[in-house]
Amino acid sequence: MCKEQMKNLYLPYEARIEDIKVETEDGNLKTFHIVLEKEEDQKNWSHVPGQFAMLSISGKGEIPIGIASSPTEKGFLLFTVNRAGVVTTALHKMNVGEPIGVRGPLGNGFPVDGELKGKNIVIIAGGFAFTTLRATLIYLLEHRNDYGKITVIYGARTPGMLLYKDELKSWQERDDLECHITVDREAPGWDGLVGFVPTIAGQVKPSPENSAALICGPPIMIKFTMPPLEEIGWKDDQVYLSLENRMKCGVGICGHCNVGPVYVCKDGPVFKRSEVQKLPVEF
Amino acid sequence: MKPLALFKSELDVFLKELSRDFDIFGPKRQKKGFLDWGKIEGLSDLDLSPGVTKTSVKSFFLPQPEVLFEFSAKTGDERAFRLKEPECPDRKRVLLGVRPCDARSIFLNSMPYKEDCYFQGNIERNIVIGLFCKTHLSTCFCTWVGGSPTSTDGMDIGVYELEDSFIFLPVSQRGEELLRGLGLREISQEEEGQLEAYKSDAPEGISEGIDIAKEFSKKSLFDLYDAQFWQEVTDPCLNCGTCTFLCPTCYCFDIQDEVLRGRGRRIRYWDSCMFPLFTLHASGHNPRGEKVKRVRNRFMHKLKYFPDRFGPISCVGCGRCVRDCPVSIDIRQVIRQFLEI
Repeated sequence: MCKEQMKNLYLPYEARIEDIKVETEDGNLKTFHIVLEKEEDQKNWSHVPGQFAMLSISGKGEIPIGIASSPTEKGFLLFTVNRAGVVTTALHKMNVGEPIGVRGPLGNGFPVDGELKGKNIVIIAGGFAFTTLRATLIYLLEHRNDYGKITVIYGARTPGMLLYKDELKSWQERDDLECHITVDREAPGWDGLVGFVPTIAGQVKPSPENSAALICGPPIMIKFTMPPLEEIGWKDDQVYLSLENRMKCGVGICGHCNVGPVYVCKDGPVFKRSEVQKLPVEF
Repeated sequence: MKPLALFKSELDVFLKELSRDFDIFGPKRQKKGFLDWGKIEGLSDLDLSPGVTKTSVKSFFLPQPEVLFEFSAKTGDERAFRLKEPECPDRKRVLLGVRPCDARSIFLNSMPYKEDCYFQGNIERNIVIGLFCKTHLSTCFCTWVGGSPTSTDGMDIGVYELEDSFIFLPVSQRGEELLRGLGLREISQEEEGQLEAYKSDAPEGISEGIDIAKEFSKKSLFDLYDAQFWQEVTDPCLNCGTCTFLCPTCYCFDIQDEVLRGRGRRIRYWDSCMFPLFTLHASGHNPRGEKVKRVRNRFMHKLKYFPDRFGPISCVGCGRCVRDCPVSIDIRQVIRQFLEI
């Protein structure tokens, strides 16, 4: 039973799939272009890059997915989803025009209007963890004068596994942004960088001076990216990570996503590396 | 408002009076012999023997399951798959004979559930008439963890059981309002004397002057997390989850969708951090894949993570986990080991 005068934390906004784009050559990653149905909800919606939302498919359930669109992109939301479980499989089978629910925005996001302002920003991403960093990058570029130098290091296994390929091209052509796109191995038709993200980060050597690094990727990538950064003077409190854990409620109650005393869904998903090191390794 | 009194011989009339406006639930002797919550239709249903019911009072606040939303799953239905909140039942409940430990769990669970409209709705719907304890069972340890046999936390009304009468102590505003309408009498001088002498046989605490919530908050997270004793505590554990389901302050839940014959509902129901599925990622990675991590998480949550966030320890000392653990894991032993760190 529900208490009437309280906001229902579990009620998703009604929304509709406007467009679907297959991102990767294996077809396992699709970007869903989602529009909230009610004008009022569209107006009230505001998020910070790095936040996530619960996508809700009635009869299947809910999944926490990072918001891939920037708050500066008005009128729609982007979610890039890997097909991996019950709900994501159902979502991958859905068509344009079908109804869906969106519950959020949830979590904290990157401090783009706080600590990151005025700093050089280094974005380091691997595989399909690039999604909320895409949102962040679009936001930074929209407010270009608020930040110093922007560097992007992004890698995937193969050229066909890179996300947002058209945008990557346009970012590489900009002169107010340094964009290093890499793939793990040589591939036919690929004339860009070859090498793992940590190796490329070691070669790029982004200066730690007045800088912050936002790193998203598989744990193994993060583990090997840190030493080359530390070697050139990066400190743990300059590095922002986005954690993932199994979630149900998304609002810090249900208990699934705790890492020691913190809830990834409510206290995170974005944490400074210095904060993460004060936590048990339960993510 | 002063406490009011009722002769035990009048309890029948009292229940009848109460049942006009409320559904009454309380401890009831089950066919298998143990006490558990049941609907109280008359005096013979109510059993106020010492000790706690088999299951905790949490079923009334976190129903098993709680329907969060309903939806039509009929193709062609214009509103198909659009979520709708379920109708609120209009009849309120009175929970009778809630022991101070169970009542305190309502107060503790309200902290993480502060903004949860379903939980708060259930708080509004269930009036708690507590029953203070005189008898201390071998598994009781409320005084270790911030409770007491006469604690009123989580109660609307607290009741002392005297020789021939019950004394009703109003605790909350709505408890007061309810009491006013029930035609109870003032306390006699003799009862006042008995009340004065009312004393439980419960010990003062784990040992004199020790507030374990305070003690644990002083300890470093990693000293406790990395302690040697976890493997020893874990070894016998079967990960059956009995402790989490019986525990009044184990409040974790899962959310699932169900569809049956064109009707769907999104429900939440109790989940347990003892189960490997609780934390399993879709990728196959499991941050608490090993049993020791799960056992540690449950105790750390109750004794360290929860108090660090909210203040009190998330255990009420009801002793249900001690009583029904198939391998006799005893949280009191873990508390002692925490104190030694």
